[in-house]
Amino acid sequence: MSAAPEILAPALPLAHFLRQPGERSLLRFSTAGSVDDGKSTLIGRLLHDTRSVYEDQIEAVRKSPINRSGTAIDFSLLTDGLRAEREQGITIDVAYRYFSTPRRTFIIADTPGHEQYTPNMATGASTADAAVILVDVRKGVLPQSRRHAFIAALLGVPELVVAVNKMDLAGYSQAAFEEAAAAFRALEPRLRGARLTFIPVSALEGDNVVERSPRMPWYGGPSLLEFLETVEPQAAAAAGPFRMPVQYVIRPRDGFRGFAGQIVSGRVRPGDPVLELPSARQSRVQRIVTFDGDLEEAVAPMSVTLTLEDELDVSRGSLLAAASAPPRLARRFEAHTVWMSSEPLSPSKTYLLRHGPLEVQARAVQLRHAVDIETLEPRAAETLGWSEIGLVVWETSRPLAFDPYRDVRGNGAFILIDPISNRTIAAGMIEAAVEDPDEQRRQRRRPVFRAGRLTAGERRTRSGHSGALILARPDSEAAFWLERRLFEHGADVVLLDERVVPLEPLLRAGLLVIAPPDSECRGFPVVALPEEAGADPERAAALVLEELERRGVLIPRDAFLSGEGI
Amino acid sequence: MTGSSQTALTHLRWLEAESIQILRETAAQFARPVLLYSIGKDSSVLLHLARKAFHPGPLPFPLLHIDTTYEYPEMIEFRDRFTREIGAELRVYTNREAIRLGANPYDFGTAKCCQLLRTQALVQAIREGGYDAALGGARRDEERSRAKERIFSFRDRNGHWDPKTQRPELWSIYNGRVDPGEHMRVFPLSNWTEMDVWRYIALEKIPIVPLYFARPRPVLVRGGTLIPYQPNVRLLPGEKPEIIMCRMRTLGCTPCSGAIRSEADTVEKIIAELQEFRRSERENRVIDHDQDGSMELKKREGYF
Repeated sequence: MSAAPEILAPALPLAHFLRQPGERSLLRFSTAGSVDDGKSTLIGRLLHDTRSVYEDQIEAVRKSPINRSGTAIDFSLLTDGLRAEREQGITIDVAYRYFSTPRRTFIIADTPGHEQYTPNMATGASTADAAVILVDVRKGVLPQSRRHAFIAALLGVPELVVAVNKMDLAGYSQAAFEEAAAAFRALEPRLRGARLTFIPVSALEGDNVVERSPRMPWYGGPSLLEFLETVEPQAAAAAGPFRMPVQYVIRPRDGFRGFAGQIVSGRVRPGDPVLELPSARQSRVQRIVTFDGDLEEAVAPMSVTLTLEDELDVSRGSLLAAASAPPRLARRFEAHTVWMSSEPLSPSKTYLLRHGPLEVQARAVQLRHAVDIETLEPRAAETLGWSEIGLVVWETSRPLAFDPYRDVRGNGAFILIDPISNRTIAAGMIEAAVEDPDEQRRQRRRPVFRAGRLTAGERRTRSGHSGALILARPDSEAAFWLERRLFEHGADVVLLDERVVPLEPLLRAGLLVIAPPDSECRGFPVVALPEEAGADPERAAALVLEELERRGVLIPRDAFLSGEGI
Repeated sequence: MTGSSQTALTHLRWLEAESIQILRETAAQFARPVLLYSIGKDSSVLLHLARKAFHPGPLPFPLLHIDTTYEYPEMIEFRDRFTREIGAELRVYTNREAIRLGANPYDFGTAKCCQLLRTQALVQAIREGGYDAALGGARRDEERSRAKERIFSFRDRNGHWDPKTQRPELWSIYNGRVDPGEHMRVFPLSNWTEMDVWRYIALEKIPIVPLYFARPRPVLVRGGTLIPYQPNVRLLPGEKPEIIMCRMRTLGCTPCSGAIRSEADTVEKIIAELQEFRRSERENRVIDHDQDGSMELKKREGYF
């Protein structure tokens, strides 16, 4: 039955959801660092100076027996988390912090910077719009700053802010700042197009963290907070092609079928043509349904429910995508893979791969190379262990509808799960689809026939011919003439549109195969249609018949040449 | 960077979209999910988001309230009325055995009472209900140890949380696989702050328990804390309730959650008050002051 007529709320304009002057937007950024580089102090300072820390929390820190800062308040204590870490003075996981200013709300993903914590850094960077990289002005670009920059770039963070810290210990010197900045800028070619911004700061003294510092008049740029308040990286997702993975099908009553999901890229309006993947069937968006009423437009990253004009087979794991810009569809692809398990990558294991709401089985076909996280250069490797990154060719049990990660971050990422332990063991960023040689061979091998127990002689006696290959353009007039004449003769004849390898099973079955001129076979007669066939197709067909008879393929029959058949 | 203000969602719409995505993942990935409904403001926001996530369909999971029997009567009244209004299925669980043994914060101490009537009750309710996912309204900004909490937080067969076995969580791809007996706690409001919750309540006009709004109430003044006077609150020798203009910042059991002096009798006034107010909300919960890092200990045992 058709959907009952519904009283629709008036369509809401998109502006209802978008930031207007005087309202806040949101920015997520990551930080990474180790004990001494001042990262915790920097975050503590941002929280404190934006009045995002409660007085009782500051009081607890003031009263703390630990103070490593040499000043009244050890800001780093504001951000330390779990008890064990507090005792050891290190941070071993991703901690999320929140603060806001009148212009913006911020979510910080704070991660440790040590080499063995690559997975934590990757986790923090995965959702970040910007990464704050700390560089100690006195020490230059240490491995962990480089590592954080590389991982942020690999995870597609569009904005890298280099906070050149401890300017107070370098006499607020412009030369020292520029030297550190230049050293960092040398990494730029390897940062996959991320934008770089340099800011001289002193986290301890608060210079250029929230307020611009009068102690560095030579610096004309924004403070770190001013920069974070104005950078607009979310626009990239909204500008991309429309993509919405279907999480859930809402079917409350007969007639209504809504596909619920979060738009990961682009925008959508009723009437827009969309594809369902993996079927690649097309329909149009009928309605954008929300609790607040139907929308006239929706944009990433809104969570909405779409209805379609046609009844397509859409379920959890389907991808709805702009028909004008379809994604890739492949079972084989290469992906930068961050390994997060102490059990190394194994080519003989089957993993579960989760790409948005879609879960499929996956197998590592090839480890192309590992990535040296100190240099971002490839290096040969046998496998990937805890905290290592490599370019891996994955093959999945079903095709994945994806975009390269660098084009559409929300549709190019996946995680891997160990099906026994249920643990998340790796994260991947898809680079490109990979041609599957096995798949191509399988394609060409079709159709595959078993030999059976009928002999070639038995077939010949019954059909009046044995197997042979006739080379002719399958769409030519001569080919059709030939097919007709052979059929009238009672012959078993087939026309092949494309070059098929191998052809032998068809020929062994006694067929006369008309196939494109570049076809090949072994052990069977091959006859080519004369070059000049186009001028007189009927004549050309007759020539071929004569030749087949001469070669002993066709058993001669008087009736045959007269065209009467048997 | 030009024209980008035209495409950025407001921070509340961004948070809303993220929470709805998490709620839908939970409904899709688990066989028997349940939404833990504490009647507080965070639960009210969570429930509102759940209604949005599955509109125009019904909620695909029941609500579960862990009733300590020490809750304010206004909370129970609100719970029954509101859940009936929206047509949600409400289940209530109480640790009857502990109540029978006389569990109360005076004789057992707040830590033990809380352990029995909240932590243990929740673990039992999840086990008896066979739930494989429990949605809760906890936020990461509530307490330092929660800063590292996952959105999908894995619990073993005893309902315990182990910081070392938590799964890495990247992008918005959540791994909800659990074996029988294990379950996942899911926190769709992880990235919300207290202020976000209030601003969203104002924006969406979400109904909340009247205890959050200031009015003159009989209270006991103990140290710096105001304890709303209820028949089950024991008086100290010589103690008498006073009438003070106050409101609850968080809701808990009558003997253990304090009120604050306040004139804020609307959501807008509460937001204005919070902007001036620089003390964390949990400070008024007596339970968190037992020892340093006490929330982390409770979490390890299965507390929300």
